[in-house]
This record gives sequence, structure tokens and C-alpha cells, in this order.
Amino acid sequence: MEKVIGTGTERKNGNHVINHLGEYNIGGDGWELERILKEIGHTVNCVLTGDSSYLDIKNLHLADLNLVQCHRSINYIAEMMETKYCTPWLKVNFIGIDSTSQSLRQMAQCFGDEELVKQTEGVIERETARIAPVLEQYSKILKGKTAFAIVGGSRSHHYQYLLRDLGMEMIIAGYEFAHRDDYEGRQVIPTIKSDADSKNIPELHLVADEKMYQEAHVHLNMSKEKYDELKKTVPLNYYEGIYPNMKDGQVIIDDANHHEVEVLIQTAKPDLFLSGVRDKYIVHKMGVASKQLHAYDYSGPYAGYNGALNFARDVVNALTTPAWKLITPPWEKTEEPLSETNA
Amino acid sequence: MLECIPEGPVEHTTGKINPAKTCQPLGAMYAALGIHGCLPHSHGSQGCCAYHRMHLNRHFRDPVLASSSSFTEGASVFGGAANLKTSIKNVFAIYNPEIMAVHTTCLSETIGDDLPNIIKTAEIPEGKSVIHVNTPSYHGSHITGFSGMCKAMVSYLAQADGTTKKSQMNVIPGFVNPGDMREIRRIVDTLGVKMIMFPDTSNVLDTPLTSKYQMYPDGGATVAEIRDAGNSEVTLALGSFASHDAAEVLQDKCGVTGIPLKLPIGIKATDDFIMAVKDWFGVEIPASLTLERGQVVDTLIDTHFHYQGKRVAVFGDPDHVIALTEFLLAMGIVPVYVLTGTPGKAFEAEIRKMLEDAGITGSKVKAKGDLFELQQWIKEAPVDLLIGTSYGKYIARAEDVPFVRFGFPILDRAVHPLMPVVGYRGCLRLIEQISNALLECRDRDCLDEDFELVL
Repeated sequence: MEKVIGTGTERKNGNHVINHLGEYNIGGDGWELERILKEIGHTVNCVLTGDSSYLDIKNLHLADLNLVQCHRSINYIAEMMETKYCTPWLKVNFIGIDSTSQSLRQMAQCFGDEELVKQTEGVIERETARIAPVLEQYSKILKGKTAFAIVGGSRSHHYQYLLRDLGMEMIIAGYEFAHRDDYEGRQVIPTIKSDADSKNIPELHLVADEKMYQEAHVHLNMSKEKYDELKKTVPLNYYEGIYPNMKDGQVIIDDANHHEVEVLIQTAKPDLFLSGVRDKYIVHKMGVASKQLHAYDYSGPYAGYNGALNFARDVVNALTTPAWKLITPPWEKTEEPLSETNA
Repeated sequence: MLECIPEGPVEHTTGKINPAKTCQPLGAMYAALGIHGCLPHSHGSQGCCAYHRMHLNRHFRDPVLASSSSFTEGASVFGGAANLKTSIKNVFAIYNPEIMAVHTTCLSETIGDDLPNIIKTAEIPEGKSVIHVNTPSYHGSHITGFSGMCKAMVSYLAQADGTTKKSQMNVIPGFVNPGDMREIRRIVDTLGVKMIMFPDTSNVLDTPLTSKYQMYPDGGATVAEIRDAGNSEVTLALGSFASHDAAEVLQDKCGVTGIPLKLPIGIKATDDFIMAVKDWFGVEIPASLTLERGQVVDTLIDTHFHYQGKRVAVFGDPDHVIALTEFLLAMGIVPVYVLTGTPGKAFEAEIRKMLEDAGITGSKVKAKGDLFELQQWIKEAPVDLLIGTSYGKYIARAEDVPFVRFGFPILDRAVHPLMPVVGYRGCLRLIEQISNALLECRDRDCLDEDFELVL
């Protein structure tokens, strides 16, 4: 922000130029989304940082709208760009079928372009129809299964939608390094007391850029009135946090330690544990299936429509792999057949 | 090289194209090498003997000795009795084996040489033995020949010295590598049960290099041991095609209970083998085996996404393929084509049952098949992986399919005869090979941007 962003001058061609902030292209997520966005008619200026170059970052300010995927890691950049250029930003979630469609619809609304809305609806209809039959087969197996997600910043929220698309529930969600706004929504930011953790990132004091600052409605190529209307239906520059999406009885845990994870698995007995490679093998030893949500077990993409299929297939495999039924050696089997959690 | 194989079904009811088996005497010769101090003898012309020795040499990369009745035109017309009698006399005089194990060839079978009578009238030195098996190659396969020689060991040598049995078991390991036999022995030793294994090619075809050549290496079941097999309580016969017949003969002849099992390839078949020992002798399973087994389950869970749901074609010897298919199913792999060159409807029935139990439909299963047909199947609907003997490499190349070498023969890779595929350690080896073949394919074929350090 201090040295690179804003130093470029090359705006990409297109009426709807967007930045995809906080998209890290794990397992090709960014590419799957670029496929969908391009098909609709958006121009992707920069995928920060999953698929970006120095040049792209120099030109970051030359976009009409910032999409924020991972709120925790990138809301700083979105906010600073808002201050310096007044670029509006939209919290999106491309994990899950319905949430992908919803994010795409909100994006179309932001540009107020009828043709874009039509294109968006066309792509959504085609893509969802394409994946529905396969997904249905997977959902039959996954319906009613439960999951934990203890992941870094945002995925524990994002994956709740995809799991629900598949008939599953995330009964325990945890972040490792989230802040209160990730849990409770951005409205709590003014009340957050500054502590040692808040000083992790040097605070930049930015002011409006003399040349490039323009009102948000100008960025979006619409009248001030229309923009004010838009703000009523689309939550621009806002993130509601994980709370509103969680049901009664579901648990949120911040920065879980090993002891907590172990006890939670023993008591809540999930079918699937979504975390990273450091937890993965511990969880396996406890007889519970586990998928890495940082590295996707080197599979992916899991974002967008194709991603939903990949994720469903991988989860079905993890839960149904026949080895779960082989855990007890025949010489340790009692007369009563043991019930195994994933059998 | 096999690009010219046509697509679509080509009926060929007579003959085989690219056979998935070899002939009976080879199996008989291999089994005979599992007797200590044995010189296998090929009753036919020299070509057969040379071919079978060569094939075994190429697979094991170890010395394989065998004598031949050296038929020429005369023997072909008048029969080989004189040749065999001279052979027996000369072999004992010059090479002094403990035992000669004679198998026939197509030529001597077609002539109709009466082996039992020739042997009865041959000069056999005191204390030495000659056994025989008829191995016409226009019937069965090398597995049939192996099974026949195992039966001959029992019918010629095994004896019950009364009605009381010794607390010991026999294991007939089937046509497996010396490394497999060594592993079976290790497992049984761990269980603390006295075992007579015949044939046993460990220490025969996996011997160390010491600068001292031993014509008859230290390994192999001794004639005395095979004789004593008649006094055992029980025989575990591993593999219905290679071993069950001999166990049956031993049960009829000496009253030794025969328990038919699969080759202990894969976790379930190994469980069954260990449980059979436990159930019979009431031994405790040592923690070391529980640990080995648990490591397999752990590895399966940790790596399932490398291979689960993959479509696989498997071919090879029936006992190997039956057991491997069971393990592939336990790995979550889908065996879509399962083929053996050895005839036997039981093979098809057993595989079909397993597939049915696993809820897999639409697979093609065939005994007495050939690799031409397998390749046509693959052309029709491709697979993600091919598992079989070295002969599969042509299909793997032509159809661009990753390939895992498994079974006999493996002529283009080394070390495999020493590395077991049986037992829990064998499971780990198979998981590794299957996983690696698929991952290497991924690494080779993927785009630069999909090339991953961690998989």
C-alpha cells in the first residue's frame, strides 16, 4: 500500500473491472473463479495474492470494485483503498453453490448493468444445472453428517455454506487468528480495544489521493441516488461475521489449543474434521476423517461450481474409504460387533 | 508398439493373442526349486528346459539349475524312457542331488511316456528320491504345473507315522516370490508355531553373493520335512489354484486337516491367515503384528485420496489376482477389468462375488483370457491404472496408462523377488507402489501451475 499500489497507470479494458482481494488460489480456486467471472463479463484486474504480479499490484487502484474473500487477511487493504481512492468493496464468498450465486448476483447489482445481470443469471442457471445431478448423488451419502472446521481466518465461515449445500452441518467452527469483527461483524470495530495483537501490522495513515480519489458511485458508474439505493440492498464495505450464520447449539471456538480440539472431538464426535496438516494426522488417529482446508490435500479447486463437486467427491471419499472398517484387528474383536464412527 | 491393436471386440475363439500365462513345466520347475537339494528335471527336448530356466533366471536374477532328458528325433519316435533312465543315473552320479523332481513336456506327453513305470525301473541311489508330475502345456498354465508338483511332493514323500499328530502346521505358499515365503515364515515365527513350508524358495532364489557358489543352496524344504508334513495337524493352503489340491491330497493320504485360504495379500487375507493359525493353535497374537496391521490401516487412511475411486485393470495369476482384488476393494479402488490367463470358472465366480459385495457393477472378469482382449477393453473404456506382470508394459505404453508390476514374471525390474507383497508389510509395499504410480503420472502430465511439491 505504501510503495506499490497506485504507482501503475494501465487500466484493463472492460466495463466491470474488479480486484479479487484475499483470494489465495489454493488448489486453483482463483482460476475456477476467474473462469466464472470472465464468462459473466467481469474483467479481473488482480487476484491478490493468489495469482498476481508486481505490475498487477501497481495497478490495483485501477479497478471499479474490490471483492473481499478472506476478510481477516485483506480487509486492511480494502479499507485503505476505500480511504485513498474511495473504491467500494464487497464481501463475497465463493465457497458453496448458493453463496457463489449470491455473491455473483450482488456483484451484478453493484454495476447496475442489466446486461450483466442477465449474463450472471444465465451463468448461474447453466452451472447449477450442470452440477446438480452429480451433487445429488454425493449429498445422499453426506446428508446429516457433521463437521468441525478449525481454520485460520475465514474458511470456518465460508465452508458452512458449502457443507449445508451437501446436507452437512458445521457444528463447531473455530478461527486461529480472527479478530472480534470476524466473529461479530464490522460494527464492533470501534469498540475493539487496542492491544499488543492489534499492532502486528504497522498502521498507515492514509489520506484521499489527490488525483485518483473519486466518489464510490463514480467508481461504479452510477448516480449518487442509485448508489444510495444499492447500499440498502447490497452490504457494501461491510462484513457481518460468522455469528449470524450459526445455529443454536453450534459452537464457536477461538484459537483452539490441542487439548480443546481433543476434548471437542471426543465429546461432539464429528464425522469430518476440517483443518490443517498439523491436526490432520492427530484426528485420523482418533478414528475421525479429516481434510486439510489450507492445502485441500493437494486437490481442488473447492471454490465456485466445479469446486463444490470436487469438495463433495473428496469428502465422500474421506468418509467412506473402506479402511475405516478395518481398524479393529479380528483378534481384538469381541462377540458384539464394534460400532465404528465412520462405518 | 501395440498401437495396431484394433478397437472394438474381435472374436478369437481359437488360440490366444498375447497370452497372460505360460506353460505348466515352468511352474513345476519353480516348485521343485523349493525342495532342498533338488534338481528339477525336464522330460523333453532341451529347448523347453532352456526356456523355463531362462524365464526363471530373468525374473529372479539368480541361478536356476535343471536337467533335461534331451530328446532328439529318436526319443520323439520311440519314447523317452531310455533318456529318462540315463538322465536319472547320470544326474545322481555327476550332480548328486538329494532328489530329482521330474516334469514332462508337451512332447513327452504327446508320446505318452509312462513316467511312474520308468521311474520305478530307474536306478535311484539309496536314500535319494525321484518324484514326478505330468505337465502337458496344452492344458492349464504354469500355475497348474506348480500345483501338480506340490501334489507330487505330497503323494510321493509325505507320510503319517501313526495316528497322533505333531503340534506343527504345513504351509503351502503358492507360486510366490522367495521374499514372500520369507515373510510368511517371519509372521509364523512371530506367532511361535512350528511350520513346515513347502515348497520354499527362500535361500534358494534369493541367495547372497559370497564368492562361493553352492549348486544346492541352503534353502528349500528338505525331503525329511516334506515327509514329516504327513504328521502335522493342519495344512494352510494359500491360494486355491496353486495350493489347495496338494492340501487335499495330504488330507486324504495322511489325515492332515487342510484349510484353504487366499494368498495372504492384502489386509483381510493376511488377517484370515493369522486368524487361521490363532484359531487352530490358540496362540496369542503378539503386539508386533497388531502394530504392523495398524500401520497399514493408518497408511490407508492417510493416503486414500491418492487412489480412491480410480478405475484399475488387473491381470496375472489367479491366486494373486483374487487376493489383490480383495485388497484393491479395501483401498476403495474400482477393479473394472480383472483377468487371468489360467483357466478356471472358480476365478470368475470368486471375483464377481467380491465385486458384488462391494457394490461394484459392470466390471469385466475373465479366466483363460489374453492380453489382446484386456487391451481392447481398455481401449473401449480407459482405466487409471494397470496392474500386472511385465507383459502389461506394452499395453501401458500404447494406452498411456500408469503401470504397477505385480506377480510373475517381472522381467524388466529388479529387487521385487526379495520384497514381499504378502503380509502387512506387503500391504504397505502395494499401497506405496499403487500410490506412486498414480502420483508419478500426475507429476508427469500436470500443467506447470498444478505441479505440487507436497502431495
